[in-house]
Amino acid sequence: MSTSTANPTGSGPRSGPNMKSVAIWSAVAVVGAVCWAMLALSRGEEVSALWILFAALSSYAIAYRYYSKFIADKVLKVDDTRATPAERLENGQDFDVTDRRVLFGHHFAAIAGAGPLVGPVLAAQMGYLPGTIWIIVGVILAGAVQDMVVMFFSMRRDGKSLGQMVREEIGTVAGVAALIAVFAIMIIILAVLALVVVNALAESPWGVFSIGLTIPIALFMGFYLRYLRPGRVSEVTAIGVALLLLAIIGGGYVEEMGLADSLTLSHETLVICLVVYGFVASILPVWMLLTPRDYLSTFMKVGVIVLLAVGLVIAAPALQNEAVTDFATNGEGPVFAGKLFPFVFITIACGALSGFHALISSGTTPKMVAKESHVRMIGYGGMLMESFVAISALIAASVIDQGIYFSMNAAAGATGGTPETAAAFVNGLGFTITPAELEAAAASVEETIISRTGGAPTLAFGMSLIFTEAFGGGLAAFWYHFAIMFEALFILTAVDAGTRVGRFMLQDTIGNVWKRYADTSWRPAAWSASALVVLAWGYMLWIGVGDPLGGINQLFPLFGIANQLLAAIALTLATVLMFKHGLAKFAWVPGIPLAWDLIVTMTASWQKVFSDNPAIGYFAQASAAREARDAGELYGVAKTPEDVDQIIYNSTQSGILQAAFALLVIVIVAGAAVTVVKAIRAGGLPTTEVPKVESKIVAPSDFFATKEEKESVREWEASQKTPVS
Amino acid sequence: MSILTERVSGAWRLLRQATGEAKWDEYVARCEREGVEPMTRRAFERHRADEKEHNQQARCC
Repeated sequence: MSTSTANPTGSGPRSGPNMKSVAIWSAVAVVGAVCWAMLALSRGEEVSALWILFAALSSYAIAYRYYSKFIADKVLKVDDTRATPAERLENGQDFDVTDRRVLFGHHFAAIAGAGPLVGPVLAAQMGYLPGTIWIIVGVILAGAVQDMVVMFFSMRRDGKSLGQMVREEIGTVAGVAALIAVFAIMIIILAVLALVVVNALAESPWGVFSIGLTIPIALFMGFYLRYLRPGRVSEVTAIGVALLLLAIIGGGYVEEMGLADSLTLSHETLVICLVVYGFVASILPVWMLLTPRDYLSTFMKVGVIVLLAVGLVIAAPALQNEAVTDFATNGEGPVFAGKLFPFVFITIACGALSGFHALISSGTTPKMVAKESHVRMIGYGGMLMESFVAISALIAASVIDQGIYFSMNAAAGATGGTPETAAAFVNGLGFTITPAELEAAAASVEETIISRTGGAPTLAFGMSLIFTEAFGGGLAAFWYHFAIMFEALFILTAVDAGTRVGRFMLQDTIGNVWKRYADTSWRPAAWSASALVVLAWGYMLWIGVGDPLGGINQLFPLFGIANQLLAAIALTLATVLMFKHGLAKFAWVPGIPLAWDLIVTMTASWQKVFSDNPAIGYFAQASAAREARDAGELYGVAKTPEDVDQIIYNSTQSGILQAAFALLVIVIVAGAAVTVVKAIRAGGLPTTEVPKVESKIVAPSDFFATKEEKESVREWEASQKTPVS
Repeated sequence: MSILTERVSGAWRLLRQATGEAKWDEYVARCEREGVEPMTRRAFERHRADEKEHNQQARCC
């Protein structure tokens, strides 16, 4: 049995067809080099956003073609003659041999959401260049490597989860630390994502109307699939998407329908709605709400990304911000505090390096991989695609007039909440904008735009500019709410799914001491575990919403650092496994991103905990506020003594969480260091890798099958069809 | 022309696999091969929904 991809001599004859390949890759390299040069050298004149777009695309292509191939062939030595868990343990459920392109889609839908859309928007306060460089270089050397390597190691262990692998390969203490870290980090991530939705929907009846309608639409789809026409997923998704578009259009008429007042909800009301909704969604059967909404969300995800790419190319907008703003060096930016290093690398997590992906790359996806070589296109390729989403979001934020950008993204305490005070604040930052211009911008999207922090409204505003420019028609308000809608849809799907995953983790953990609790069909356990998870993120959300200094300003750094500490755990595991497998000479592949990630996260954690600058250090902020209170004064933007108490409480809590996360990671890294030393002394150590079993299936290895691959697949399929006599 | 129809039907097949609808096609084909009477589509889909109940995949940010 020969698989087409197990050919050790590689790419066939030496001359002839390779000339074409050389020409194509040289051209890609030249395009990339020109784009990067334009970005690096243009100053003072208008810079087109397309330079960023094509610098990214050509860099991705080269990295995929060469670096990911090097990792697959030389470092991991993927072996297509080795049966994957999907093949060996196929049960049609979680273990399921899946077409590589289909699995690519599933994996991408699972990893990409609102994260890559939000981080780059916030990071745009430092200019377009720092974000662009980090997103592209970060994904190539760190993010995509993490996803691919973790997926490979999990696949070699029958799809074990990250926590399990840390416990078995590094040690029990590290395993427990990883379990706590994963759970806590997930809660923070859910809370911050929910905060983005709350900030986007507050005081926005149109948004609340459209998002509210997604619930009955999803319920309708669920009942349709359960009772009317079981299994017709494409059909019901088409109906759902049509209803969704109607819901967005309908939102424009809330005023006429007389619903505007009752749908104008405050932040606090929305938090309560979200918490109640999150709890109900997590105890309902998944077919009713979760599964159908996932179909909608996935469809919208792919659709919007394609639309954004096409829109960008047609509109070819010019960047409105500088390459690097003063906030990068003085650390006084109003969107988030701190200098370029380390805070750009924290703010942009998803799209460059996202630890959360390690939870998806271990567990679900590896159980469905058909051939070992597929970890390259699914793990590395999937992450490149997410990075592209992040680049698009960065561009969308950078084409907005800077006066509007800062009016939208500075906390309400700073802008004062009216066009006059916001314009005065922004002019004070050194950008020119008049109250009338702010009002005109608000009118164009039929929303208030002052202090709409959280990234989503800014992205929606940028997208409405791009789409209006590209497709015409004066539909800015429609596009704005379209963008808000799909971001909220992604986030709600992530919150529901995350709550459910968190519930399973909690039940599993408590099940170690109380066996019955681990039974996922036992109602008291299911309900109480769901309630605990919802209350945990609901509490953080409540804190964020009530924060006088702006919840995003305060919580987003915590979110970014948490996400990247999770990446540190995943990369630590990957590095340890390189040593245990006796591959020390390639340990730099996960080792370099690990070192970088540790430098960034530990510097950021250190500053957040120990900095004596109240704008950065949580404890410094708490004590500055305490001093003000003791002197009988207000502090910063606080308007009442209660605000001051709130600042003291929130900052102390964030500081403790921040320190705890960093400590957990240090425990894991220390445990890993011990294992690495042992492994180096012994020249490798036994691991829990499952022994090789010969593979019987044949499949192409990359996105596009070669002629030889197609031929061998055809032969194999024919041999499968002949009855075994 | 035949290449075009082949492409289109290939894409359609991939889409059905992506939505999970192909599971039913495969099941029916397998029953036919083994000479077994397949269960109804309703029962089959219900069975698949029950599996999903305890097999939640995380959705990232």
